[in-house]
Amino acid sequence: MNVAFTIRRFQPEVRDDPYYETFEFEAEPTDRVLDGLNHIKWHMDGTLALRRSCQHGICGSDAMRINGRNRLACKTLLREVGAEVTVEPLMGFAVLKDLIVDFDPFFEGFKEVKAYLINDEPPPEKERLQSPEEAARYGDTSKCIQCGACTGSCPSFWPGSGFIGPAAIVQAHRFVFDTRDTGSEERMAALDEREGVWSCRTIYNCTKACPVGIQVTRAIGEVKRALTWDET
Amino acid sequence: MARVHTYDALVVGAGGAGLMASLYLGRHPDVRTAVVSKLYPTRSHTGAAQGGIGASLGNMDPGGDRPEWHTYDTVKGSDYLGDQDAIEVMCQDAPEVVYELEHMGLPFSRTEDGRIAQRRFGGHTKDFGEEAVRRSCYAASRTGHAILQTLYQQCVRHDVKFFNEFHVVDLLIEDDTCRGVVALELATGELHVFRAKAVLLATGGHGRVWEITSNAVTLTGDGLALVARKGLPLEDLEFYQFHPTGIYRMGILITEGVRGEGGILRNSEGDRFMEEYAPNMKDLASRDVVSRAIYKEIRAGRGIDGKRYVHLDATHLGREVIEKKLTEIADFCRTYLGIDPVDEPMPVQPTAHYAMGGIPTNIRGEVMADETGRVVRGLYAAGEAACVSVHGANRLGTNSLLDLVVFGRRSGDAMAGYCANADLLPGGEEDAEPAREELEAIRTREEGERAADIRTEMQELMMHNVSVFRTGELLEEAQETMADLFERSRHIVVDDKGSEFNLDLTEAWETKGMVELAQVITECALNRTESRGAHSREDFPKRNDEEWLKHTFAYRRDGRIDIAYKPVTITRFEPKERKY
Repeated sequence: MNVAFTIRRFQPEVRDDPYYETFEFEAEPTDRVLDGLNHIKWHMDGTLALRRSCQHGICGSDAMRINGRNRLACKTLLREVGAEVTVEPLMGFAVLKDLIVDFDPFFEGFKEVKAYLINDEPPPEKERLQSPEEAARYGDTSKCIQCGACTGSCPSFWPGSGFIGPAAIVQAHRFVFDTRDTGSEERMAALDEREGVWSCRTIYNCTKACPVGIQVTRAIGEVKRALTWDET
Repeated sequence: MARVHTYDALVVGAGGAGLMASLYLGRHPDVRTAVVSKLYPTRSHTGAAQGGIGASLGNMDPGGDRPEWHTYDTVKGSDYLGDQDAIEVMCQDAPEVVYELEHMGLPFSRTEDGRIAQRRFGGHTKDFGEEAVRRSCYAASRTGHAILQTLYQQCVRHDVKFFNEFHVVDLLIEDDTCRGVVALELATGELHVFRAKAVLLATGGHGRVWEITSNAVTLTGDGLALVARKGLPLEDLEFYQFHPTGIYRMGILITEGVRGEGGILRNSEGDRFMEEYAPNMKDLASRDVVSRAIYKEIRAGRGIDGKRYVHLDATHLGREVIEKKLTEIADFCRTYLGIDPVDEPMPVQPTAHYAMGGIPTNIRGEVMADETGRVVRGLYAAGEAACVSVHGANRLGTNSLLDLVVFGRRSGDAMAGYCANADLLPGGEEDAEPAREELEAIRTREEGERAADIRTEMQELMMHNVSVFRTGELLEEAQETMADLFERSRHIVVDDKGSEFNLDLTEAWETKGMVELAQVITECALNRTESRGAHSREDFPKRNDEEWLKHTFAYRRDGRIDIAYKPVTITRFEPKERKY
């Protein structure tokens, strides 16, 4: 099939303003959008800049807006999106070059909410016991690949008013509901802020955007409930 | 101008091995440590591993499990090329590191009584081969993802210093002593000199040398290329594992678990051809055996529609098994093939998967300067980039994740010990000059070829001539064509003439390194005139212990490749014929 990729370009060393450029080429309906972008980069215009690595939806490098929706370019086939494809960087993040956005603040957010296991008690000789039911409490949020699709889809995040965004809350949730963790108090304090969970307006864009199917809005709701009624 | 940083220990690469080493270095506050990675850490390919991490916890089997059995299985799986002292260390350390990961918060799947759940995996047995044992500790089918996330989270907790999206382009080594690296900051195009007493190369694999691969597009063997350019040896590069079931054309892995649950391979005539090649184990024979069988079927014209793939049929397993136990695979099939494995068979072909060979190290992660075992002071390697050698000629499933954490940890400890006594060697911005010259030559060149064209030719050549089946003739042909590709790779041009995120430039640099590496792989494969594990020579179909029970050490020197040998360490398991 003949396809036309219209890409939002930003080449700060060449010109100050972003612009759109269209590339036409032959592709298979079963090709990924990422295959199309690679084709452009490798054979048409080597200046095109994007991040990608595993190319099958586990590393989280290539979240971008594809025909207006946040998706992973490596998990989106051309036959799903048609012959006219518009590709733009994630919204709400600073664009550095073409489809590459600044992820440093995104990863900093994980630090703010202490998205790591806290337990300074001496560990047992073997594993800490945890039932399958207890493990299931955070099973969904432990799937997060940190691609930013949820955060970039959140209207409360877009204005840049300091909201940590859904991905950071998902990361926190994963530990709030882990029976092995003893650090909830400090973590909850960070979440119980205007820029924490309370900026969430329950719009559900995040859940729709998640490429691994995490129930993001529900996870945020569970954190809100835990803060309100102290249920962890 | 280049910026100069000074640390004690520097870790290159932020996958499982690099992060584990960093955590261990972080326990020594007096050792200033930094991690340099061309990706954000959680983008590393450790995250793609599905099946599990092997450890003899014995949580699921009444008779328990033992490190000695795990050792035996690994030795046998390696076709007796693995060094048995190193394998013993790995299998002995395994339970402890798995518990350690659990204590760090790893979300393991659990047994009903709350312990770490374990499952069967190819080649893992009890009582030295008697029957299958459940040894693979797993987190659903995302074990690698869980390990990578957990290690990164703990690094964040312990304030490990990261330089993300810094691409290492030179190693500073003089008189067999390492004194740092040079890295390109992708965001700015600036070169940075990192002075350090000890450097760990944890740069991952090199599956991108082949056309069809399960490996990330970033797995270009950078660490190996850097080492080879310094005249240092690479070990056992002829041993490269092809996983039998990659999705046709894409190479994405379909886990062994599908066949474990009862999936069957069929050719264009609908025949279950594995019955002929491995009458006992059939579709569950070891990876090298199944890959060779698929290749033979395709070559005999029994690929589906005459093409280069066969069918993996799971339609008889029923919706429940597929939805519950093979969730990720069902998802891959629907996403990439638009088929439901409940109703239709999956098109598969062997896919380049894992390097058994790499940068030679001892069990402390110290890089060897030659086949006598003399070390390069201050230089360490771990993970897939390294060759300890615990996988020998063929790796067992679940041993790659184990290798990462065991030897990542040991390297971190060894580096901390070394840093306490070593002096920081001189270094400065002038150290960046050779790398700058090389990169500038590419960036400013006006005439030549695109990296993608050279890379594609190399990948196709390696896939046809240097993959599952090899012959002297095919390898000599590859050697000749590769020499031409090498010349052409000296004249790559790029479109991007800028500095910021010039990934056109880094891809060109990677391509040069991959061609150099592919030359060494081809040479090693041509040189080894026997068949062992993943290295299969049609013109030398038998394993030959008399002449070839030894490791290959290959050196790039003045445009030629020299080969030397190192004996295999055998402690308690004498080589036997390998039967499953």
